[in-house]
Amino acid sequence: MSTPTKEAAEPASKIDMKESGGGGEVPSFEITLQVRRYDPEFSDEARWDEWQLTMYGTDRVLDALHKVKWNIDGSLTFRRSCAHGVCGSDAMRINGRNRLACKVLLKDLDTSKPIMVEPIKGLPVEKDLIVDMEPFFQSYREIMPFMVNNSPAPTAERLQSPEDRERFDDTTKCILCAACTSSCPVFWTDGQYFGPAAIVNAHRFIFDSRDDAGDMRLEVLNDKEGVWRCRTTFNCTDACPRGIEVTKAIQEVKRAVLTRSM
Amino acid sequence: MQVHKYDVVIVGAGGAGMRAAIESGQRAHTAVLTKLYPTRSHTGAAQGGMCAALANVEEDNWEWHTFDTVKGGDYLVDQDAAEVMAKEAIDAVLDLEKMGLPFNRTPEGKIDQRRFGGHTRDHGKAAVRRACYAADRTGHMILQTLYQNCVKHNVEFYNEYYVLDLLTVEEEATREDGSTYMQKRTAGVVSYDLANGEIHVFQAKSVVFATGGLGKIFKTTSNAHTLTADGMALAYRAGIPLEDMEFVQFHPTGLAGLGILLSEAARGEGAILRNSEGERFMERYAPTIKDLAPRDIVARSMANEVREGRGAGPNKDYVLLDLTHLEPAHIDAKLPDITEFARTYLGVEPYTEPVPVFPTCHYAMGGVPTNVKSEVLQDNDTVVPGLFAAGEVACVSVHGSNRLGTNSLLDINVFGKRAGLAAAEYAATAEFVDIPENPTEFTENQLNAMRASTGGERTATLRSELQETMDANMQVFRSEETIKEALAVIADLRKRYKNVQIQDKGKRFNLDLLEAVELGFLLDMAEVMTVAALHRKESRGGHYREDFPERDDENFMLHSMMYLDPESSTDGTNGIRADTKPVVFTRYEPMERKY
Repeated sequence: MSTPTKEAAEPASKIDMKESGGGGEVPSFEITLQVRRYDPEFSDEARWDEWQLTMYGTDRVLDALHKVKWNIDGSLTFRRSCAHGVCGSDAMRINGRNRLACKVLLKDLDTSKPIMVEPIKGLPVEKDLIVDMEPFFQSYREIMPFMVNNSPAPTAERLQSPEDRERFDDTTKCILCAACTSSCPVFWTDGQYFGPAAIVNAHRFIFDSRDDAGDMRLEVLNDKEGVWRCRTTFNCTDACPRGIEVTKAIQEVKRAVLTRSM
Repeated sequence: MQVHKYDVVIVGAGGAGMRAAIESGQRAHTAVLTKLYPTRSHTGAAQGGMCAALANVEEDNWEWHTFDTVKGGDYLVDQDAAEVMAKEAIDAVLDLEKMGLPFNRTPEGKIDQRRFGGHTRDHGKAAVRRACYAADRTGHMILQTLYQNCVKHNVEFYNEYYVLDLLTVEEEATREDGSTYMQKRTAGVVSYDLANGEIHVFQAKSVVFATGGLGKIFKTTSNAHTLTADGMALAYRAGIPLEDMEFVQFHPTGLAGLGILLSEAARGEGAILRNSEGERFMERYAPTIKDLAPRDIVARSMANEVREGRGAGPNKDYVLLDLTHLEPAHIDAKLPDITEFARTYLGVEPYTEPVPVFPTCHYAMGGVPTNVKSEVLQDNDTVVPGLFAAGEVACVSVHGSNRLGTNSLLDINVFGKRAGLAAAEYAATAEFVDIPENPTEFTENQLNAMRASTGGERTATLRSELQETMDANMQVFRSEETIKEALAVIADLRKRYKNVQIQDKGKRFNLDLLEAVELGFLLDMAEVMTVAALHRKESRGGHYREDFPERDDENFMLHSMMYLDPESSTDGTNGIRADTKPVVFTRYEPMERKY
């Protein structure tokens, strides 16, 4: 058995191939898709629609929604763009959990039961799976989501050690999909609460060694609708499609409020 | 109809649009119209890095970067533009750092740099560490940082506003030699508010197109569903030519069957490609830089391995990206997102198994012609006053016939900034142009016809037939026969498109309607691309003709320029006039392209 070297050595020109996994024949299977529909232009009542669909091994929930929209009912409405979990358009409740529709493989769900898809909670529903994102972005804007540095800019870059850079790495991954905020029970009952995503984005700057406005953000988040509303239920961490430890970030912000002089 | 008045209207809120907005927003009354929310744009999907000759980790200079860009583009690059980009790259990276972008760092705290395909030391001697990066989510960080700075500067966004028409006027003008021509001038744009279906007219002194690419012309693509060639099609329909549309980049490492991008950074960090026999086949195709050859060469080599029966998997239809000789800790630190893609979407563990990959449609080198000031041209050298373009929608041309990896994130920052500055500067002295009579007539007629149609054709059916034929006939290998096959299918689809029927008859969030409109953009641009490909009887960069496998500098060292012209026909396709434009040379003579 070969030992891996630290510096990536020049790899072998030729190796023996085993059969590789993935990308092979993908069997088809049947699913029942149920989607919460609502269009106030035509009815004040929301309803559930249901379709039986034949899907394939690598298909995701987004593919099932597309199959309905493209082949059966063009009025089914949802947001999506990149379709691989980086743009944050298609957060929705899938079997009661906040997920990105483009990241949930159908074969990983229990296909013996209907797959239930609803809009994320706590934001006004506009049509089918589309919600009004404005309250979410309003909270985001309030925490000053941009770097403030009051010292004169050097000609080259501002220096930052790899350790200081690592300090806030986790919270730079946020794609503003609102899966965390709209999974939070406090946010559901009190729409004024900043919510996890805004706090995550505040964290990204508070712990950036180059930033000078941390105290101002902490003051904003020390407000009655700020970090203290968090009840540490961990829904947000479970919901985050980017694997950000959201609750931990909120705890770190709480500690910073207490330790830094206000 | 609601009418708004702004000095500058920017269409699109990806990297180029928001970089322009940061400049323009501080100098002129500016609005950004975007069909998505700003942070949804596909800049966020870019992974590997942004090149600039900072020389933070080894010797480098911008002249080498210019050379690599010119050679990478197979000498179809306008060398003056490449020089601007490589020179301004350094400030573009430093600007982003000062805006807060969290680049990876060297032990001394400087911006770290890594290798990337086609970027070399001293004119091709060896790979150089030039790509500045933030793990494998550099595009995400750029998009977020630019949006953050738009918030900081209170940039005004109109989210989910689709621009459906470019308004221009024409007036007779005289050239120096006394001849006359029709001069176009920008008046504004017509936009559709997705939330309620209302039409808005935006009168503007300056309009900046930053609408991105056209990947959805193809079936296998790394592009978002929303990349439907909107800006290119709107400019073309307004009588502006399109430059070098035959050149499309197929990124070598899309996840097999899905097209989802796995960054070239994987190979920059040491991953290699193998065929079904376990052979590192790039040693045969590019002996010096092997797996880090430019994308067109690697993509063709992969397709050739598959064609010659050395593909892997049950259908022998892909090759393998091997990371298994790399340390898991190194993979986690440098390539966390893309290894997660392999796990999530194919169930493959990159630590221990090679990942199935195949070329995926990635980037349009061509687009709306501009000069280095990002001003749009209505022919080879006449500027359209008040119209600017930057990013993938534009063709400056810095990418020539094949873009080097990382140069797109660079392009959007350098030329996005230039476009924002130029648009604001023009607006400072220009007068508003009167909006033409009935400005929304074309758009309303189009939408009403679609809403009323009972023709029975489905958008999705036509779109997937288009994508199938483009994958089969216009991918990395092309010939007169395959191109003509694609053209015949496109002609049929264009007829059937007139009978597209939508099901959603509502006003609110009618994406059914908008997808039908977007299909029209795709069909127009597929036709232009295919006619341009038929016209170019040589192989260069991303355009490979099996019937003309050599580069032919004598006849084709020229940009192609395609005009919408009902009076003309090109190679049997009516309504398109083909012309050419000289390539700008400064210091590099064309050489054979070897790596």
